[in-house]
Amino acid sequence: MADSLPHRAGIIPPGQHGPASLRSWLATFIRRHRLAPYLLILPALAGITLVLLWPLIQVVIYSFQNYGIQQANGVLPTQWIGFANFTSIFKDPEFWLALRITVLFALVVVPATLVVGTVVGVLLNRLGKKMSIFVSTAALLAWATPPVSASVLFYWMFNPDGGLVDWALSKMPHWLVGNSDWSQFNWATTNATAAYTVIAILVVWQSFPFIAVAVLAALKTIPGELIEAARVDGATPWRSFWRITFPLIKPIYLVLLLLSVIWDFNIFTQSYIITGGLGNSNEFNLGLYIYDKAFTFPPSFGLGGALALVFVLILLIVTFGYVRSSVKQGALT
Amino acid sequence: MTGSGMTGTGPPGLSLAAAEGAASSRAAARPLGARARNVRRARTAGLNAFGVIIALITLFPIFWMISTAFKPSQEIYSLTPHLVPAHPTWSNFSQVISGRVSGGIGGVWLFFRNSLAVALLSVVIASLLALLASVAVARFRFRFRTSFLIMLLIVQMIPGQALIIALFLDFRSLNLLGNLAGLVIVYAAQALPVTIWMLRNFVATVPRELEEAAAIDGASGTRIFWRILFPLVAPGLVATSIFAFITAYNEFIVALTFLGQAHSDYTLPIYVQYFFGRGGAQWGPIMAASTMYTIPVVIFFLIVRRRLVGGLVAGAVKG
Repeated sequence: MADSLPHRAGIIPPGQHGPASLRSWLATFIRRHRLAPYLLILPALAGITLVLLWPLIQVVIYSFQNYGIQQANGVLPTQWIGFANFTSIFKDPEFWLALRITVLFALVVVPATLVVGTVVGVLLNRLGKKMSIFVSTAALLAWATPPVSASVLFYWMFNPDGGLVDWALSKMPHWLVGNSDWSQFNWATTNATAAYTVIAILVVWQSFPFIAVAVLAALKTIPGELIEAARVDGATPWRSFWRITFPLIKPIYLVLLLLSVIWDFNIFTQSYIITGGLGNSNEFNLGLYIYDKAFTFPPSFGLGGALALVFVLILLIVTFGYVRSSVKQGALT
Repeated sequence: MTGSGMTGTGPPGLSLAAAEGAASSRAAARPLGARARNVRRARTAGLNAFGVIIALITLFPIFWMISTAFKPSQEIYSLTPHLVPAHPTWSNFSQVISGRVSGGIGGVWLFFRNSLAVALLSVVIASLLALLASVAVARFRFRFRTSFLIMLLIVQMIPGQALIIALFLDFRSLNLLGNLAGLVIVYAAQALPVTIWMLRNFVATVPRELEEAAAIDGASGTRIFWRILFPLVAPGLVATSIFAFITAYNEFIVALTFLGQAHSDYTLPIYVQYFFGRGGAQWGPIMAASTMYTIPVVIFFLIVRRRLVGGLVAGAVKG
């Protein structure tokens, strides 16, 4: 305690006076070399590196090896096999089917989510306070429902035995819903189109609230006088939306679009549950296909790794767009 | 709307601003007021009706889950579905709680406790690490700062399906499969990028002068951090924790892969999925289980509603 004052004044050279001054020497060292920011990010960086980045590097390594359960257990030696995993993937018709399902699904669900979300967002902006809270609370509940609960619930609603949707469809006139016998229609197993119709409705239901809230937040930044002036000048609501509102909120659409594409490409939980675990290989999307290749017996971590790499590369292209638009909007300042 | 019209009529002829001009021209057209009011009223009614329809459609699946959970089985499988249970019963819930259904892997409270423990622990760890990192990013200019931020953006886009293979093998060799510790580590790390990204905005809003004043008064860095920065960032920390908590509470693929046959360590989503996957069409108990899984997070959402929307917009839309 006593030597702390002269030490601070710099009379006594630091680092020679036991633990207390070791600490203050360390503090000076950190300050002099401007180490504080590095020390502050170190724990987080270590966590991210060990749990998120290193596994990604490992996946790249596995994708060029014949890595299976024997190799993981050290029973058999690991061999480098070049691009063999990749060529066998590209030769597998199941991969192309899974890719097609994934892309088509995103092509349908992304615009659907954006349109529904925008309509609800615009609606929320125009409703009175109480109604607006009512509608946004309802939307929030759909969003808050855990994906596993939501998937099991939709599976039940679309179930042929006692499910609500088949019952409702069988009660509807034939000219509206077609001639098939809906009362026993099995959405989960009939074909990929039926299963992914359910998943699409489910995903739109769960993700439009996010879009709606984001659009609402953007709409709130538009001065009311602009819309009012356009209205007085005789512009229809449709026209004033496309001419005034939309151009002003356009920047956030790029971000919302990219996020939606990434999310809808990544669908796993919902498709895992609705298509029935990994039992139905002609209803795999990319996520299920990777998981099946990697973990279903006999597990092939190399093949799964190669697939994961292809998947990440596809997403990276989209992510690049996301990062670029974030940088453009000054998010890094 | 009417308020601005009245102020507009105050100084007639002097209005230069476009908004005021619009308001006074509206005042001049007063004879048509009654009709215009009717049109407006009809439009409001139409909008409200549309809003009610949207809300009801959105709420219906959740309503149906709860409704099914309270139905006795003969009502669940009746040929004409009942909207509300005619003879509501608690039996589905009591079966789920006692664990008599779901293949004897345990009652729902066990999985509830597992989920809660994993989510809370991972959130505490992630918040602490993220707070430190966000102070660095918001308060200091240093080399690799921009690289670090871009890395965060990219890392949060890596899908779980891509990492799960390597994570499974790594945690297998560390003997961290089949227990909750492994999940805590993965969830904490997964929450970091988003949490740092959102927290740095909150840290940036704390006035630097406060810290400088404390530093002049001789307070140490640690003391400034805990006594000044932490209390001021705490609201932001709550907002980001909510996201991390919900992500961990909902997480599926890592838990599915890590927990395997370790039934007593199942988290709620894995329990519901296991129960569902066993077949036997026990829809009453399954819906009771997913209701019990869903309701807490829904209530939580409603309580933190305002904060959530604010945090969401700050974190996801701006960046």
